[in-house]
Amino acid sequence: MDVLLLSRIQFAFTTAFHILFPTFTIGLAVYLVIVESCWLVTKKEIYYRIYRFWVKIFAVHFAVGVVSGITLEFEFGTNFARFSQAVANVFAPLLAYEGMTAFFLEAGFLGIMLFGWNRVPRAVHFLSTCLVAVGATFSAFWIMAANAWMQTPAGYELVDGKFMVTSFKDAIFNPAFPTHLSHMVMAAYETSAFAIAGICAYFLLKKRHTRFYRTSLVIALIMAAVCAPLQVLIGDLRGVNVAEYQPAKLAAMEGHWETNTEGGADFVLFGIPDMEAEKNRYEITIPGALSLLITHSKDGQIKGLKDFPRDERPNALITYWTFRIMVAIGFLFFFVMLWGLFLWWRKQILDSPAFLKTLVAIQPIGFLAVIMGWVTSEVGRQPWVVYGLMRTADGVSPIPAGNVVWSLSGFVTFFALIGSSYFYYIMKILGRGPDLESPIPPVQRLSGMKPHEDPKEEEARL
Amino acid sequence: MMDLVQLWNILVGLVIILYVVLDGFSLGVALLFPTAKDEEERDTLMNTIAPIWDANQTWIVFGGGALFAVFPMIYTVLFSALYIPLLTFLFGLIFRGVAFEFRASSQKKTAWNRAFFAGSLVAILGQGFTLGGYIAGIQVKNGIFAGGTFDWFNPFTIMVGLALVSGYLLLGSTFVIIKTEGDVQQRAYRQAFISALTVAGFMILVSVWTPYHVPDLAARWFTEPRIYFVWNFPLMGMFAFGLLFWSLHKRREKIPFFASALLFISAYLGLQSAIYPMAIPPDVTIYQAASQRETQIFTLWGAGIVLPVVLAYTIYSYWVFRGKVAGEEGYH
Repeated sequence: MDVLLLSRIQFAFTTAFHILFPTFTIGLAVYLVIVESCWLVTKKEIYYRIYRFWVKIFAVHFAVGVVSGITLEFEFGTNFARFSQAVANVFAPLLAYEGMTAFFLEAGFLGIMLFGWNRVPRAVHFLSTCLVAVGATFSAFWIMAANAWMQTPAGYELVDGKFMVTSFKDAIFNPAFPTHLSHMVMAAYETSAFAIAGICAYFLLKKRHTRFYRTSLVIALIMAAVCAPLQVLIGDLRGVNVAEYQPAKLAAMEGHWETNTEGGADFVLFGIPDMEAEKNRYEITIPGALSLLITHSKDGQIKGLKDFPRDERPNALITYWTFRIMVAIGFLFFFVMLWGLFLWWRKQILDSPAFLKTLVAIQPIGFLAVIMGWVTSEVGRQPWVVYGLMRTADGVSPIPAGNVVWSLSGFVTFFALIGSSYFYYIMKILGRGPDLESPIPPVQRLSGMKPHEDPKEEEARL
Repeated sequence: MMDLVQLWNILVGLVIILYVVLDGFSLGVALLFPTAKDEEERDTLMNTIAPIWDANQTWIVFGGGALFAVFPMIYTVLFSALYIPLLTFLFGLIFRGVAFEFRASSQKKTAWNRAFFAGSLVAILGQGFTLGGYIAGIQVKNGIFAGGTFDWFNPFTIMVGLALVSGYLLLGSTFVIIKTEGDVQQRAYRQAFISALTVAGFMILVSVWTPYHVPDLAARWFTEPRIYFVWNFPLMGMFAFGLLFWSLHKRREKIPFFASALLFISAYLGLQSAIYPMAIPPDVTIYQAASQRETQIFTLWGAGIVLPVVLAYTIYSYWVFRGKVAGEEGYH
């Protein structure tokens, strides 16, 4: 295997592992903001308990997200040095801004969020939770801007193979950016809401801490009910944007080979794209439906994959299926929420075992949808690293393949170890259940912030 | 007087110093783990850095991004040339980072105690090898790395790696002095003293060995106008040593840490004054390595507005968690 393929495998593996973590931290942070504001407004103890329970999950999750995230920043230089050299003027400041505006915010206030209960006033603690949530979303802002720029580059001029910036505003707010960002952030919120809901539903079915998990579930379901329909809408906008700016990607995602000359393009409901034969095997189509979906008109023209030279076509077999799996999950979530709405109207939502069992069953598949979406987006961009301008093959570092064999085996081993430990400890935290006993921290006055005191003394005072 | 590229050279230096001192003490605290008597003492050590280590580590994440943005050639050449040391550093950081949470969640903590120690040690060595490889120089052709995978590997880089271990041990133990009391603190005084001696030894070794290993650097020291001020840095180092040994002897709690930090600053200035105006020794200057002017300005806006705010809330966070820590202080 050559250094290009190995580097791509390594980047794909480390990114796929990494994205699972920010996806949940971005969403869970918002959930925690909601829970803590309920606690501050209603002063009902249960919200405090819910916060303290989920923040444990958040902390473990966050740690793995941080360490796996640094990996990606390193890999731009270690494995794709020529790409980094060519795009640095436009691309790199976005990463620097991510560090300044997002990571410092998250890391700086996470400490107070986790350890500050006895040391800061409640309002400051709440502010810290909010700032961690804001930091997580800022991080998405910059990283989606950087990735969207690779999809639809703007605000640059090419001088001797180097991208020189002409406008940072255009580079950041490039054509793909608005839909790319909102699709990812919404995915994070939605996936997290369903992940939390599934866990609550499981314990409700087991009849453990019923009151605790009911309240916890209601908040998650409200979040999910808002996100699920929005995501379907945003997904549609994203598709239209891809069709306009990355037609080869769209053709591959849809298994669409021939440009329609008269009438609408057919939607391939099922098929196995064959790159060699330039057609789909075992194809089932809905006549005219693709034009309707993409151009929102009956006979809008959509360019087929055959209109692109063979060496400029993304892999249709992969993208066709990853795209379908993602869309299927998005609609499944949407329909589950419609069902939930119906049950809510009948006032049975938390008492329907069938609904709760469904929530448990679909608990992790939001994460699958996120991975599938990213594979569609990134494989669909190939063979380009900067769409239409720079090939991935020209972006790789001048290093021997042996380096990457060494590091890739390190990543696979260590991430497997860390991933399984993560899973084990999350299971343990969930198994142990919420702590409903320990005393609620005393209210701290802004002037009265005190350093560490003997905890026993503190308890005695309560 | 000073142009944009020089300004960024200074700012990058500032970020490096902040990272080295802040994450240096976090990594150094982990090195003390095997000397703790029991789980409670290890909890104490961990609690000294638990609320702040992540923010400390963020300086390298920002540093990497900033380097990529303002001196892209340093970033791309360094990361492909020092592939193995840098990813070794990363592997170490990964284990160090997850050890905080995983250790807190586990009943039997031995495995994560070891991961915490070993991860930090490996991270420091990786960092030291990176530094050694960088000082010794990297082959560059047409703006990209043109050398071999193991160019960095020689006795000199190994020595720099070990020197950094002793340096971080000093930062870690002097930080523990500030944050603890009783047995743990008394042991930290002794550990700080021993590591201070080791650091002194390494500093002499580095000063003697570097001119032989990398003659360019020493030669640059003795050019005008540098010759008129470079002697200030060893002087500053000696002052820091004096302060360090005096304050350790007098059992002053806070001074040893700041003296150690000053030691690192003097070492950095000494080194930087031998490397400047090079960005990648021996051939690439900071001007050749710099990005487009517009990019440097755009990033400077962010650094000028956002970093002071970052520093402010970092200080606030240290203030919130001020005072001594104890082992039994509960984890979140």
